[in-house]
Amino acid sequence: MGIKAAHWLGVVTLAIMTAAIFMVFVYVPTEAQQGNVQRIFYFHVPCAWAAFAAFALVAISGVFYLWFGHQVWDDLGCAAAEVGMLFCTLVLITGSIWAKPIWGTWWTWDSRLTTTLVLWLLYAGYLTLRAMADEVSQVGRLAAVVGIVAAADVPVIIVSVRLWRTIHPAVIVTRQGSHGLEDPRMIATLLVSLAAFTVLSAWLLMLRFATLRAAARLTNLGRQLALTEAEMADRSAQHVMSSRR
Amino acid sequence: MENLSYLFAAYSIIFAAIVVYVMFLWRRQARLDSRLRGLEMQLNEIRDELAGEQPKPLTAASRSLS
Repeated sequence: MGIKAAHWLGVVTLAIMTAAIFMVFVYVPTEAQQGNVQRIFYFHVPCAWAAFAAFALVAISGVFYLWFGHQVWDDLGCAAAEVGMLFCTLVLITGSIWAKPIWGTWWTWDSRLTTTLVLWLLYAGYLTLRAMADEVSQVGRLAAVVGIVAAADVPVIIVSVRLWRTIHPAVIVTRQGSHGLEDPRMIATLLVSLAAFTVLSAWLLMLRFATLRAAARLTNLGRQLALTEAEMADRSAQHVMSSRR
Repeated sequence: MENLSYLFAAYSIIFAAIVVYVMFLWRRQARLDSRLRGLEMQLNEIRDELAGEQPKPLTAASRSLS
């Protein structure tokens, strides 16, 4: 799993994303009630899916880090949190843009919107914690705990449309239990978009993870260099001492 | 054709954010790679120097034996 694999995944991402864009703007029919603005849905939902998957990975890698204490799990958690934050930000922005023409407002304190904002704030805190204390050895353990606790908000967001009264549409699974996409082309477009964002998030995760591993290697090499330089200084001191004798 | 500006804004923001993030990652990776190469070269030079000094303790040992 190296740079070559990341390049190939980048190519696959580009191909599936192109197909998804074609389907969203050309293939899928315009929704009768909302019109063209409904097309935001085909990228808004996959962004949410990518964010939730990334945050679930933060929690999983946090558990493994607390269990085994290996730096790789900490790096994976950090990379997943950053990718999750990117998609969670996009969910909030695209949701607001859709809400303005449909609800007549950019934001409302609806249960799903509020719980998603809480999730964003929790992981903003997680990344701030990491950025502020990157030299402290305790930060990995603390961040793992925060990452696990924050991920508990993901299932709350998913069931929020059933738990509380909300104006947020339940399209994938409606409140009656069926799915809200009647046209098979709409389902196909959503599935391709979901695949595109799954591959995209995996690619971004791979790239970010590679930078974190390179940074860890840099720190390790710096330590090795300092040790070797100290050894060299020691030897030259010994050499001077022996030549004086 | 109604609300096309909202649709355009949403998709532009999504693609702009992804492109900016990918560029940020690439630049960071390139910077780290060049620093890694520099450090590896520096480390190899010092190790070569240390390896070049290896015969010295042997000479001292042979002197004490004689």
